[in-house]
Amino acid sequence: MVMTMVDAVGDKGMTMPDAGLTPFTDGPARLIDMDGLRRLVDVLRDRGYTIIAPTVRDGAVMLAEIDAADALPHGVRAETEAGTYRLRHGHDDAVFAHCAGPQSVKDFLHPSRARLWSADRTGDGAVTTTGPDRPAKRLAFLGVHPCDVAALAVLDRVLAGPEHPDPVYTARRDGTFLITAECTEPSATCFCTSMGTGPAATRGFDLALTEVLDGGHRFLARGGSPAGAEVLAELPSRPARPADASAAATAVAAADAAITRRMPAESLPDLIRAGRESPHWDDVASRCLACGNCTLVCPTCFCTTTEDVTDLTGEHAERWRVWDSCFSLDFSYMHGGPVRVSTQSRYRQWISHKLGTWHEQFGTSGCVGCGRCIAWCPAGIDITREAAELAAPRAGNEPA
Amino acid sequence: MASLAVWKFASCDGCQLSLLDCEDELLTVADQVTIAHFLEASGDVLPGPYDLSLVEGSVTTSADIARIHRIRDISRVLVTIGACATAGGIQALRNNADVAEYASVVYARPEYLDTLATSTPIAAHVDVDYELHGCPIDKGQLLDTIAAVLVGRKPALPAHSVCFDCKRRHNVCVVVAHGEPCLGPVTRAGCRAICPAVGRGCFGCFGPSETPNGPAQASLLQITGMSEQDIARFYRSFNVEAFAGLAGDE
Repeated sequence: MVMTMVDAVGDKGMTMPDAGLTPFTDGPARLIDMDGLRRLVDVLRDRGYTIIAPTVRDGAVMLAEIDAADALPHGVRAETEAGTYRLRHGHDDAVFAHCAGPQSVKDFLHPSRARLWSADRTGDGAVTTTGPDRPAKRLAFLGVHPCDVAALAVLDRVLAGPEHPDPVYTARRDGTFLITAECTEPSATCFCTSMGTGPAATRGFDLALTEVLDGGHRFLARGGSPAGAEVLAELPSRPARPADASAAATAVAAADAAITRRMPAESLPDLIRAGRESPHWDDVASRCLACGNCTLVCPTCFCTTTEDVTDLTGEHAERWRVWDSCFSLDFSYMHGGPVRVSTQSRYRQWISHKLGTWHEQFGTSGCVGCGRCIAWCPAGIDITREAAELAAPRAGNEPA
Repeated sequence: MASLAVWKFASCDGCQLSLLDCEDELLTVADQVTIAHFLEASGDVLPGPYDLSLVEGSVTTSADIARIHRIRDISRVLVTIGACATAGGIQALRNNADVAEYASVVYARPEYLDTLATSTPIAAHVDVDYELHGCPIDKGQLLDTIAAVLVGRKPALPAHSVCFDCKRRHNVCVVVAHGEPCLGPVTRAGCRAICPAVGRGCFGCFGPSETPNGPAQASLLQITGMSEQDIARFYRSFNVEAFAGLAGDE
């Protein structure tokens, strides 16, 4: 439904683009309350969707299948800093006021483990094979923040592009229903405003909600596709008054103002190219555990490896595709050994692809500014700070 | 049919019992291999050579050294199983201590002992084809390795961090979300991240990952309130010798 929407992230090297505060104008905005949100879950379920939404599990906001809107986090905030994430419970009923947990829609559309094929030897020596597992469910994602909508657009370019569509991804992506929740509560690790992906939702969704707490808990709702408008029409709602629209815009503008983390305001591909031999890689490597967490929580990192398994009889074989990371030695293993032995080279590879060569390869940045790699790095390595460190000598070296 | 032998050196037997614990798969294993030497399971012993030898335990006596060479000679594929066999085990705590003093404290007649001053992994003495890490080993890795040897493919034995598996199975990071001490970032995967899955930190029973960063890991542990000595002790368990560089024991 929003499958063709692949350009939510700009492709000009990310020089502080417009944060996209212009409201979507296709159809009048409606107002729904918590009952309307509950009804939304029912309507989607009746339409055959499996609804994936934020929930609280083990001290973090995690994505899970929900049956009812009551399963959403209520009054939960996530406080993050480099290397830390803490949930705070309490003071209101906000359901979408939490920034990125470790998961994203990637976890469902590009699963961490997927069987690519299986093969069985039959009695007469022939071999029968079956292709990738087909998803049993059609997914609706509820409460996806705009940075993650942008990440989905990046994944669409990578995994659903016309040249090499990935059957595992496209089978899950086709027919998804996407409900974005505009960001009204960014955290300290967010920098979407530098990447032009938020906090407002401008495109790439079926339905957009803006949660408003001032003057009563309610949601401004806008359709972003015919399917979204159809679903919205089924919900108990009333026209949004100018005061509602203004309260929603104020909440999003406040989020915009609250985001203070920044990427350097210059062409990041140029920055990375110029920093190839920077001594700063040694500094990063002294702190980097090469544990792979940054890549695994990144909503656009898509690299995988394959594992071939056979059962004990040797009559049944399977090939599995598993999330991999450019931080493992095996990732760059060619005949004779790994190409990127040092942590310096592995961190450089990751950030160079993410901020630099991704543009050449896919016509967009690989980074959407969600801040997950900062918060979920156990060592608190900060992509914006590392980029700034690369930028610093350049700024200093410029002729007066 | 391929023959299987299971051997024990200095160890607790837990890793070879992992094979007997494969309840659902055990009969299939028995259908695919001749269990030729497995004293925990049967007193019947068939003569070698053997297609696959699983070796548990570390080398702690001079007799062990001679015996592991004999076993290597009669084994087509030799796989070491568990932290004792791959790293010397917890008994390698002796490697930085005075064994004679230990023995005098523990035993009434220490002169009856014939032991080496060190506990060393099997690979320090003979060529090893594959190593299954862990205390104990992972049943899935054991079965996959047996299946792989039977059909002549490589088993999947990753050397990257436990963090990979935490994220693949969608565990919440206990370091970032709870401030728990966790050795996951410097520990080899293979256990399917079972400890973080129940909310506690990894204690490193699979030994170090491929390129562990000791100083960076020490910073993480210090944030949780651990002293330098606490950190050194954290590493001094089943894989003490393999973690020696990180614990500052080298």
